[in-house]
Amino acid sequence: MNTLLEVKDLCKTYRKQSGWFSQRSVIALENISFTLAEGKTLAIVGETGSGKSTLAKLLVGIEKPDSGDILLAGQPVKISHYRQYNHVIRFIFQDAAKSLNPHQKIGQMLDDVLRFSTVLDPQQRKLKIRQTLKQLGLLDEHSEYYPHMFSGGQLQRVALARALILDPKLLILDEALTALDPSLRAQIVNLLLELQQKSGLAYLLITNHLRLVRHIADDLLVLHQGKALDYGNTAHVFAHAEHDYSRKLINSAIT
Amino acid sequence: MLLLDIKNLTIELKTPDGLIRAVDRVNLSLREGETRGLVGESGSGKSLIAKAIVGVLNKRWLVNADRFNWCGQDLLRLPYDQQRKVIGRDIAMIYQEPSRSLDPTAAILEQLEEAIPDHLLEGPWWKRAYMRRRKVIGLLHKVGVRDHQAVLQSYPYQLSEGVCQKIMIAMAIAKAPKLLIADEPTTALESTTQAQLFRLLASFNQLKGTSVLLISHELESIARYTQSLSVLYCGQLVEAGETASIIKHPYHPYTHALIKSVPEFQPNLQPKTPLYALPGSIPVLQHLPIGCRLGPRCPNARKECVKTPTLERLQNHYYSCHFPLTGKKDV
Repeated sequence: MNTLLEVKDLCKTYRKQSGWFSQRSVIALENISFTLAEGKTLAIVGETGSGKSTLAKLLVGIEKPDSGDILLAGQPVKISHYRQYNHVIRFIFQDAAKSLNPHQKIGQMLDDVLRFSTVLDPQQRKLKIRQTLKQLGLLDEHSEYYPHMFSGGQLQRVALARALILDPKLLILDEALTALDPSLRAQIVNLLLELQQKSGLAYLLITNHLRLVRHIADDLLVLHQGKALDYGNTAHVFAHAEHDYSRKLINSAIT
Repeated sequence: MLLLDIKNLTIELKTPDGLIRAVDRVNLSLREGETRGLVGESGSGKSLIAKAIVGVLNKRWLVNADRFNWCGQDLLRLPYDQQRKVIGRDIAMIYQEPSRSLDPTAAILEQLEEAIPDHLLEGPWWKRAYMRRRKVIGLLHKVGVRDHQAVLQSYPYQLSEGVCQKIMIAMAIAKAPKLLIADEPTTALESTTQAQLFRLLASFNQLKGTSVLLISHELESIARYTQSLSVLYCGQLVEAGETASIIKHPYHPYTHALIKSVPEFQPNLQPKTPLYALPGSIPVLQHLPIGCRLGPRCPNARKECVKTPTLERLQNHYYSCHFPLTGKKDV
């Protein structure tokens, strides 16, 4: 199995002005390392303030790491290469309804993505949009719809379509499954699993929902106050967590 | 004795196109000291039912019921003042999103002091203020806030969601209510805090005999802490009964799907295998299907399903389905 993403000793601190001359620094991430292979799922769990979202932001290039490397298929990633690698890593936000532009039709929105990031001509773009919608179980007519005309589960599919239209290798889901209702969540989970089997997509799942993690994740990373506590195979971590905090977290979800 | 006994509760919304029936003939009963879970997806009307019980729905909603008894008194037929008095004395509610439900302009101390009714403070009037303060600190300790000094002086925005939730609970139990309604108490919380909160509610239930109505969309967390369960779908009651028996043998296809879609209830399920899911999505309120509202999504729907099924009973286990999954009765 090829290694898709490798993160080595990633660090990030935020500086905060706390007086006229003094600064306070908050360590958001400290020496985080992990690897993610193609077609695998890595789950990152931790409470708020543990640095989960900071990690996601660093990976997609919204923010710059202080030190450490992010290697994508062996190549180091720099912010200046953003246009190059935004095809490969795509991000899905927590609330699909809030992350879509209410003024734009779905077709236009998907077209924009292609227009900014690819060299396809209008005809090809149209074809691509149609293919992607079909892949996610949506209809052609849906490209003429506005976001408010969709139900919650369909919106999540639209958000997925926007992420998948560039044929990425890695999808980062930031709490994207938490807010869904159980029956919709099962549908989306099935869709994600199916896509993974078909096209070898890798997922980075940032979540609080440990029961779901146990079902869909291959590897698990427990973050606590910016430090990686336990990292390894999901079943292994669930059975033999090394740190007290991760054990507490796992027990609270299972017993 | 039945504390709360609701029969055929219907809640309708007035719109320009006529009435929309958001909650359709729901029965709900609660014994003293019982914990009941109310499970349903978003838009199934579970929060509406809670708000109808507390009587805080605004004028656009029409609430009707054949019977709406609280300790033998019909709340809907009481005069407004008296209704407020009864509800204010006996029922407390924990709202969704605690940090937004608290008053952002007042310190926690003020808000908590306000929540304590006068009749619970005994003693001469010149000691009232002191006793009120002692009571506030006691309440905070009871809900598991140790550092009361710092919390009392803070404003809601300075506190974490978990602490805000605990303060909401402290406010709710300040008047020693007979019924505590918790509306999605855990959505904003992390899993460690969630477990803590459920244990807290369970301890009030056991120590004080407070009845608890737990409302949530997460079946798995609710199943662990409740004795009985009501499952709602789109404003219709689909199944009600004891939690353990429902989880073991659901009769309604919706409950069946809900249980099967949760990996936790499927110990034999291999990781990464597809989960069981009903096709389609929840209908919006403006376009509700007639008859059984699960009809279009139901795997064993037939011609008869265009008529709303009546609530049937099988040994304390209620269900409303023409073709229940009982295994024997198949017409």
